[in-house]
Amino acid sequence: MAAMNIESILDRHSREAHRLVQILRETQDALGWLAPESLTAIAEGLDIPRAQVESTAGFYSFFHTRPLGDYRILFSDNITDRMLGNQDLMRTLCEKLWLEPGRVAEDGLVSVDATSCTGMCDQGPALLANYRTITRLTPARIDEMAHLIRRRVQVGDWPPEWFHVEDNIRRRDVLLDHGLAPGEALAAALDRGPTGLLGEIERSALRGRGGAGFGSDIKWRSCRDAWGDAHYVICNADEGEPGTFKDRVLLSSYFDMVVDGMCIAGFAIGASKGFIYLRGEYRYLLDRLETRLAQRREAGLLGRNILGRGFTFDIEIHLGAGAYICGEESALIESLEGKPGKPRIRPPFPVTHGYLGQPTTVNNVETLALAALIAVKGGEWFRAIGTPASTGTKLLSVSGDVARPGIYEFPFGVTVAEVLEAAGATDTQAVTTAGAAGSCLAANEFGRRIAFEDVPTGGSIMVFDQSRDMFEAARNFAHFFAHESCGFCTPCRVGTAVNARLMDKLALDRGSPYDLDEMEKMHHLMQGASHCGLGNTATIALRDILAKFRPAFDRRLHSPDYEPGFDLDAALSQARRMTGRDDAGAHLTDNLSAHAGGHPSEAKP
Amino acid sequence: MTNSFLLDGEEVPFTPGQTVMQAASAAGKYIPHLCWHPDFAAHGSCKLCTVKIGGRFATACTTRAAAGQEVENGTEELIAKRRTLLQLLFVEGNHFCPSCEKSGNCVLQATAYEMGMLSPHFDHFYPDRAVDASHPDVLLDFNRCIMCELCVRASRDVDGKNVFALSGRGAKSHLIVNSESGRLADTDFAATDRAAEVCPVGVILRKRVGFAVPIGQRDYDAKPISQKAVEKLADSEKEAG
Amino acid sequence: MSSETQGADVKPRKLKVATVSLAGCFGCHMSFLDIDERILPLLELVEFDRSPITDIKHCGPCDIGLIEGGVCNAENVHVLREFRANCKVLIALGACAVNGGLPAQRNHLELADILQQVYRTGHGLADGSQIPSDPELPLPLNQVHAVHEVVRIDYFLPGCPPSGDAIWAFLTQLIEGKEPTLGHGLLHYD
Ligand SMILES: Cc1cc2nc3c(=O)[nH]c(=O)nc-3n(C[C@H](O)[C@H](O)[C@H](O)COP(=O)(O)O)c2cc1C
Ligand code: SF4
Ligand code: SF4
Ligand code: SF4
Ligand code: FES
Ligand code: FES
Repeated sequence: MAAMNIESILDRHSREAHRLVQILRETQDALGWLAPESLTAIAEGLDIPRAQVESTAGFYSFFHTRPLGDYRILFSDNITDRMLGNQDLMRTLCEKLWLEPGRVAEDGLVSVDATSCTGMCDQGPALLANYRTITRLTPARIDEMAHLIRRRVQVGDWPPEWFHVEDNIRRRDVLLDHGLAPGEALAAALDRGPTGLLGEIERSALRGRGGAGFGSDIKWRSCRDAWGDAHYVICNADEGEPGTFKDRVLLSSYFDMVVDGMCIAGFAIGASKGFIYLRGEYRYLLDRLETRLAQRREAGLLGRNILGRGFTFDIEIHLGAGAYICGEESALIESLEGKPGKPRIRPPFPVTHGYLGQPTTVNNVETLALAALIAVKGGEWFRAIGTPASTGTKLLSVSGDVARPGIYEFPFGVTVAEVLEAAGATDTQAVTTAGAAGSCLAANEFGRRIAFEDVPTGGSIMVFDQSRDMFEAARNFAHFFAHESCGFCTPCRVGTAVNARLMDKLALDRGSPYDLDEMEKMHHLMQGASHCGLGNTATIALRDILAKFRPAFDRRLHSPDYEPGFDLDAALSQARRMTGRDDAGAHLTDNLSAHAGGHPSEAKP
Repeated sequence: MTNSFLLDGEEVPFTPGQTVMQAASAAGKYIPHLCWHPDFAAHGSCKLCTVKIGGRFATACTTRAAAGQEVENGTEELIAKRRTLLQLLFVEGNHFCPSCEKSGNCVLQATAYEMGMLSPHFDHFYPDRAVDASHPDVLLDFNRCIMCELCVRASRDVDGKNVFALSGRGAKSHLIVNSESGRLADTDFAATDRAAEVCPVGVILRKRVGFAVPIGQRDYDAKPISQKAVEKLADSEKEAG
Repeated sequence: MSSETQGADVKPRKLKVATVSLAGCFGCHMSFLDIDERILPLLELVEFDRSPITDIKHCGPCDIGLIEGGVCNAENVHVLREFRANCKVLIALGACAVNGGLPAQRNHLELADILQQVYRTGHGLADGSQIPSDPELPLPLNQVHAVHEVVRIDYFLPGCPPSGDAIWAFLTQLIEGKEPTLGHGLLHYD
């Protein structure tokens, strides 16, 4: 039965090894988990080494090589989820189901764990139930969920309103108010011809919305000019940055603009094939998007001979499986090729050596949608919006302590204060402007502008009011990176783990200035020595918060000198239990008290 | 100035296509490295070879040499960085050198000596990774793996076997072998494989030869790795040519 | 390695040195004594406080403390803290102090299982053998730790044991007020 399932999955994917991530997901869907013999069967079916299959299966958070229950509940654990009380909800669910977080119930029925931001920050707390998104959790929902699980009701039969995801669009500008019909932008691009189109993109000064702000015309031109057997367009819909959810909304409600944009990119660079790399957390969108692609093929807006104009371009959707690093373009391509998402050595860059070694352009969802808009309206028009160095508008995903969380489309150059005002933020203490990976602004900086030249952002705006403990935000980010580091390079693999440990040490009130110096040291190591953008940015928010919200850290420093990272008294627990002792000698006090009268550190003989 | 760059102010010639590491090694200059090996494609993961080129950090093993580059290698800043990287590797695994058969022949250890590493500095992770003694001729002690993938490359590219791979992610990364049981004995690995001798640390160990070489005569007893590495390369080039 | 660098006419106050072996094998102390006749010029410069060499039981204010061995039980913690509180400069001496060494190789086992095995279920135990619970005995920690994981350590001198030469070189540099380094041949982890 298992074997038959796997055979049909393999056949459906033409036994192509680079479809391994998709094959593993479907196998897990069918069989519940990825058993050793399943991995062997897949390896044999694809004629690749088994170790390669296990390597990929072991990399992604959403694949399990051990059984994790018929119900797998993953609480979104972004700081915004925490601010909305997800930890209490998770504890409640665990209690009701008689289990510990991270452990499978003894009867194998269910497991409950945490996962990185699921992109529902505007309607959290959220969770994934067997990888289907549930939003706006309440104690009542958790209560009912426990009942449904115990009664073994299939997730598909849970109350449909739980799965409802709102767009929450709060401010529209040129993109969200585009008023174009599906294919209209594509037709305009075909009219312009590749050269004319590239000229408009150049005139628009469009810069990538995925974070780095790379000039789209340069990317497309160098890809077009690169020699290869085939060219590829990839739409980066991995949207993993904590606090970002604008691509979700574009895919949900502006998908035709995105598809038009992909076709246009394909037309510009000479590609006939495109991929959408959709993050595993957005799996609920998959069927809907597939359906829309099929409709467009029917309507002559995708596939062979588009619009009867002789242009052929088709799109395939690949689903990720829980790995933030797969948003990095070369890791994304590795994942598309069926491998663990570890960033490649660059150069060469994807524009010359991308998917299957061929010239590939990777663009963010929003960049592609904007390219569609530019194809119709022209580069000059676009360039008139925003600032000279940051043209056009930017979609901002605003969440946290605001009255109206959701999507705000603003021209570049808008101040942080204006965004806060629009979202109904009061008494704001801090704003993170690039998720976990960028700077954190304090109140005296709210006059700064959202723009590549001032406050660059991929669109994640998380707002913290005065009641929030910024230390907890920093700690959440530190754990995020420790969980999401791909593990390829030493500084990031071990450095993120060291930072997470240090932050936990502080959280347990075991900190000293020594620990803060250690984090500073780790920042200097990881910046510059790390292999990719993840490691290079993993300490920025942490360091920013430490610098600007120092009292939140100082509160946790219980010794001026040095504190051990572990609880010494707890370290005697097993011996106490085994000997039955509980006398004074069977305990250790904290270093702090024992240390009074110790010499300061500067003395040297 | 054609086809040469400056390494700590000294001119190093290169042939087009060479990396900074390749050119420096060929010129008898030592740039610290763990995951680089002259016989294999660069991997770029350990970051020990981090140098500064034109003021920016870069890995010497993956960066193409270019005419006129100014490369910093032996500065205190870079040595301190490398020392920290080594310390991270030491606490991430279990490195109890006195009871390790690789001691004295270990690239990690010798590089740490070279960089003057006196302590692991950080709190130890003390991971718990079971040893695999299933194979008749070779033992795997995963506790010392530094994820350099040299064994992966050797088995795949030279032996044509794919015995090894890394799985897991982040701090949970770990070496796996190509069998359903997870045991080395159930793979087609042989002690004569190139992968059997390429591990820079004490993970892939031949059985029954441990501690055979007396202290004083091991690879890095007589000379530090900065000399030894360069000599080794010169020898292998003599053999090849 | 010179011992003559100390000026002859200015006679500085002798430095007070304390030493202790925690979870170690006394190998490092043996090695210390192995500096042989150099102990004499050393004694010109230092005098010993608490040390296995002197039999003083508690460490008083000292300039240098040398710690051999890792931290495996509650008593080790107390002694180590006493040293930290009293020594201006604390040195981790030897592999066990530096990373837990051989004793730390029990760290992948559960302490409870070890105690059970050693005192209750192991071979050759008398009938009714119990885990000792005398309050006089220090309780073992769940894991063995390097000394720098329990108190701040100023310097590390690795080796199992570090050679007499290494200890000599290290201490003389330190006493001369230099940042101690160990060159090729002296720096060893084994
Ligand atoms: C760790 C990491 C995560 C990233 N995640 C994303 C992402 O989720 N979406 C995205 O569009 N770009 C992401 N990027 C940036 C991509 O590598 C790439 O620059 C981008 O997709 C290019 O598209 P653009 O030119 O349209 O911005 C990430 C980069 C790094 C280093
Ligand atoms: S920096 Fe981090 S995420 Fe990037 S390659 Fe290194 S380990 Fe992987
Ligand atoms: S692998 Fe090298 S560094 Fe690690 S214990 Fe063995 S000799 Fe020491
Ligand atoms: S086993 Fe050895 S060669 Fe293989 S990855 Fe680990 S350290 Fe490198
Ligand atoms: S030697 Fe260059 S990164 Fe390892
Ligand atoms: S006690 Fe000195 S080396 Fe272990």
